[in-house]
Order: sequence, then structure tokens, then C-alpha cells
Amino acid sequence: MNCIEKILASHAGKQTVSPDDIIEVDLDYVMSNDACTVLAIDVFKKELKAEKVFDPEKLVMFMDHYTPSSSIDAAKVHRKMREFAHEQGLRNLYDGAGICHQLMIERHVQPGQVIIGADSHTCSYGSLGALATGMGSTDVAIAWQQGKIWMKVPHTLKIDVTGKWPKAVYAKDLMLKVVGELTASGATYKALYFTGEAIEALSISGRTTLCNMAIETGAKFAYISPDKKTAEYLDRIGRAQEFCFENEQDTGNFESTVHIDVSTLTPQIARPGRVDDVCNIDTLKGTKVDELFLGACTNGSFDDLAVAAQILKNRTIAPSVRMLVTPASIDIYLQAINAGFIETFIKSGAMVNHPGCSACFGGSGGILGPKEVLLSTANRNFKGRVGSSESEIYLASPAVIAASAITGTITDPREV
Amino acid sequence: MTSAKAITFGDNIDTDQIIAACHLVLPTIRDMSLYCFEHYPQFSESFSAGDFIVGGKNFGCGSSREQAPAVLKERGVRAIVAQSFARIFYRNAVNLGIRLIQCEAAGAISLFDKLRFEDNLLINITKKCEYPVHPFPPFIEDIIKRGGIIAHLTHSA
Repeated sequence: MNCIEKILASHAGKQTVSPDDIIEVDLDYVMSNDACTVLAIDVFKKELKAEKVFDPEKLVMFMDHYTPSSSIDAAKVHRKMREFAHEQGLRNLYDGAGICHQLMIERHVQPGQVIIGADSHTCSYGSLGALATGMGSTDVAIAWQQGKIWMKVPHTLKIDVTGKWPKAVYAKDLMLKVVGELTASGATYKALYFTGEAIEALSISGRTTLCNMAIETGAKFAYISPDKKTAEYLDRIGRAQEFCFENEQDTGNFESTVHIDVSTLTPQIARPGRVDDVCNIDTLKGTKVDELFLGACTNGSFDDLAVAAQILKNRTIAPSVRMLVTPASIDIYLQAINAGFIETFIKSGAMVNHPGCSACFGGSGGILGPKEVLLSTANRNFKGRVGSSESEIYLASPAVIAASAITGTITDPREV
Repeated sequence: MTSAKAITFGDNIDTDQIIAACHLVLPTIRDMSLYCFEHYPQFSESFSAGDFIVGGKNFGCGSSREQAPAVLKERGVRAIVAQSFARIFYRNAVNLGIRLIQCEAAGAISLFDKLRFEDNLLINITKKCEYPVHPFPPFIEDIIKRGGIIAHLTHSA
């Protein structure tokens, strides 16, 4: 068994599992947010006719996609969530504290856990060595009741990343490259296992960027073996826990291996409409943009804000554009204030928003009009995702967003 | 099963296209279903209850929103045919008891072709041909036949 299969076996009460086995796993957390919880509550109460959740400590709920409530309907959704949380005695209900995935990583996830969430980017938690995947509201309702869920053991695709990181090239560029190579369905039902010296060199936030976008290849899980950096991160945020360092990069079963050398990688961009339509920044340099967004569960971390703030320090954004900055959590927001980043962003002319999904999801601010162009650090560029179906969304790293904000056109961060 | 027309789409249809984020806070699936495929005239102008949805590769990719298959069910989709399905959409649709048909030849079906599905065969009446269909595991087939995971669980209990 590889490291992913070992975690699944331990949660299924089995000695061994193999790819394609159907197993029932015990869940460490069931996550949901304001885009999907109300539907789950309806299924839980009306269809399952359930009364009590299996363990109130293991449900975690977030208001992040439409918060602060962006419409009367959103306010009603939030009210239903609060009522359900109160009625079930849930302590883990977050309103306006940040994006569900960032907060799960900061406050809940531990290596070796198995977690489901009613959000496709739940696979992010692989950055801490947890197996997490997105499901729909009905599966979440069943998990609330039973504390377990069926799943198929995935085949594992190993992504071995070597080389030294070049200047102005980041985890986002690597992941866009991976999505472009694998395509939007290239890893459907599979687990992505990231390993190699370039992965070891990444901070937890960079690892989260990679795991976050695994779903854009169709993957079920993303996973990075916990290491010294994982332990240091958990220690730093006051959640140190003993876990087994299983340095087993080369053991176990992998369906296939993809080798990537980051030392030759350049800044990457996904063109509008498809996350797997990826090219080198050279191809698009000079493309005019209207809005820039720095944030989302992909790239709203302290490290991401630091990269952008360094570029924007003592500079102003082009008068032709607006820039939105949304830290992924309140802790990141406070750290960014203390580090002077928020002052830098405000002085540069950017709008700083309260932590949440913001202009990634189109559920609150930053909505695009027809023919407008957004350059975003988010994970998706689907038609109409952030407003008008006639708008266009390009995806890139925080460095590209900051550099392009200064010029008002797509700009290579190595040239500012 | 009687025949009905095909409403066709291309590859990589994501769930944002089926139902956009701004509508997910509406109070009921019925309210949301009015906005199903709102930017696709072949659906908004021509879909009738009982019709087939036909996609290409990776149908239903993107967001995990169960509202996407739910609004299609609410509108009365007979079955969703695709060359392949994205994982979460597949699971959500099965959970709701929607008939999914995985068919390598889905791309050969044209808009408004008359289709019929019976005995695990997809028949294109307009083009006078039959397409082989990829069988689902018995476990999945049982969930669909029972009308969804809730009915399946109730039965198993």
C-alpha cells in the first residue's frame, strides 16, 4: 500500500485496501459552507428524517461564500445555518472568519485524517497530509448522521517535482502547469501525490495552492507526506501533535509518475473558460485587464500577500484598473496588518476586503460586467463564474497579479 | 421508454454553467431551476421535461454543488448522456437517482436527435443507429434504480 492507501485502510478498519475497492471510511471532520449547507439540512431533516448529528465536534460550518450576507436570500441561508448549528450544539460555526479551507487548515486538520466537505476544493487539506475530498450535500447529510461514508480507493498518480525554484515562479505556476499537462479530466477519480525536493522546499501555503487545484484535474485527493515543515507549521499555530513521519516517497503503488523540473518553469497563465488552457506568460503579455483579484483558498495566504506587497510597495496601481485584495482568514489579515502589507495595498490604490471567498466565487463583491477582463489568483475561470457570461477570467500567481496591477495589462513579474 | 430529443453540449461543461453561484441561495431547488443553463439557448429555449441532456467529456466538472444535478432533475431531465462524467457530479446525480448514461459515442449525437434508452442500449432514432453504453457497477445501478441513495439506504436498513 502507498501512504494514501494506508490512511484509507486505517479509517476503514482494514489491514489492506487496493485501488478500486469500495470501502466505508470513518470521518474525522465533515465540512460544509453557505453554498451547500441548507440543501444538506433539508436532506438531513426531510429525507433522512434524522434528528441528531453523529458528533457535534466533527461538523464544521462556514459562512464564507456570501458573507457579509450579499443578499436577502443569503441572509436567510445564514440564519438557517445558525439555527441548525444551535439546535445541534455545534461549536464550530464560523461567520466572516475566512474561507472554509484556510480555516480548516489553520484550526482543525491534522495529518492522517480523512475528511469530506461539501465543496470541491476540500482536497486542499492534503497540504497537511490529510485525505480530504469534496462531495455533494446529500453525502454530507448522510455523513452528519452516520459519521462515515462509502468511497472507492483511488489509483495514485505520483507527481515528482525536482529542481530549484526560479525567481518569480511559485506553487501556482507549477500547479497551472500540472493542470495544463494532465487536463481537466486527466486525474478523474485519482489521488495526486506530490513529492520531490521542490515540494519539500514549499511552505504549507504553497503546498495548499497545489492541493487546492487538484480538483481542476478531476482528482479526488491530493496528498503531500507530512514532514518537518508540517510539524513546524502545526507547532507555530499552537496545534502541535505527534504524527508519524513516514518518509516513504518511493514505496507503495503508483499508477504512473509525472516528472517536472521547476528550474525551467516560467510564470504560467490559464486563459479564460478552461483551467487547463495554460500557457507561458510571454504569450499574453500586454493583454488589457479591468479587474485584479488577490485572494481565494488558492492564493489568499500570508505568503501570497507578502509576494504581492513586495511588488506593490511604494507603487500605485494603474488608473484603468481596480484591484481587490482579500486575505483568506482573519489571522492572515491581522498578520498582514502587522507586517504593513495592508497599508501597502491601500496606498497602492487596491480595495481590501474582509476575509471570505470574495471575487473568486461571484457570490459577493467584485462582480464583472459584460466584456470585462479579470486577472485572478483564484482556481477557476469558468464562463460567467464572477458575473457576466460575457466577461473573461485569466488565472495566475499573486506576483503576476501585482505586477499587472501596476501596468493595467498582463505583465511578467520578472520585469517590474 | 418513449423517445425524446437530445439537448447537446460540448466537453467540460462545469456546474457553474448548469446553475450559477448567485442563484444557490434561492430558497428552493424549484426557484433555482428557472436559471438552469441560463446562458445556453438550446436549453433555455428548447428543453422540455423528458428530454435527454447530452454532453461530451468530463460533464459536470468544477464545483461540488449538488444543486446542479438537482435543478436538472427538477426540470424533468430523462437522462444525462456523456462520454465521461466528473467525479462529484457523477456521485451527486446517482445520489439523486438521475439516470446517467456513459457512452463513448455521445459526441456523434446532434442537437434535437430523437433518442431512446432501453435495455442498456442508447438508440438514436433520427440517425437510425445504436450506441453501446458503459455499464455501471451493480452497486451504482442499484442506487439509480431505487431512485437515489436515500431510498437505497432505507431499503438496505
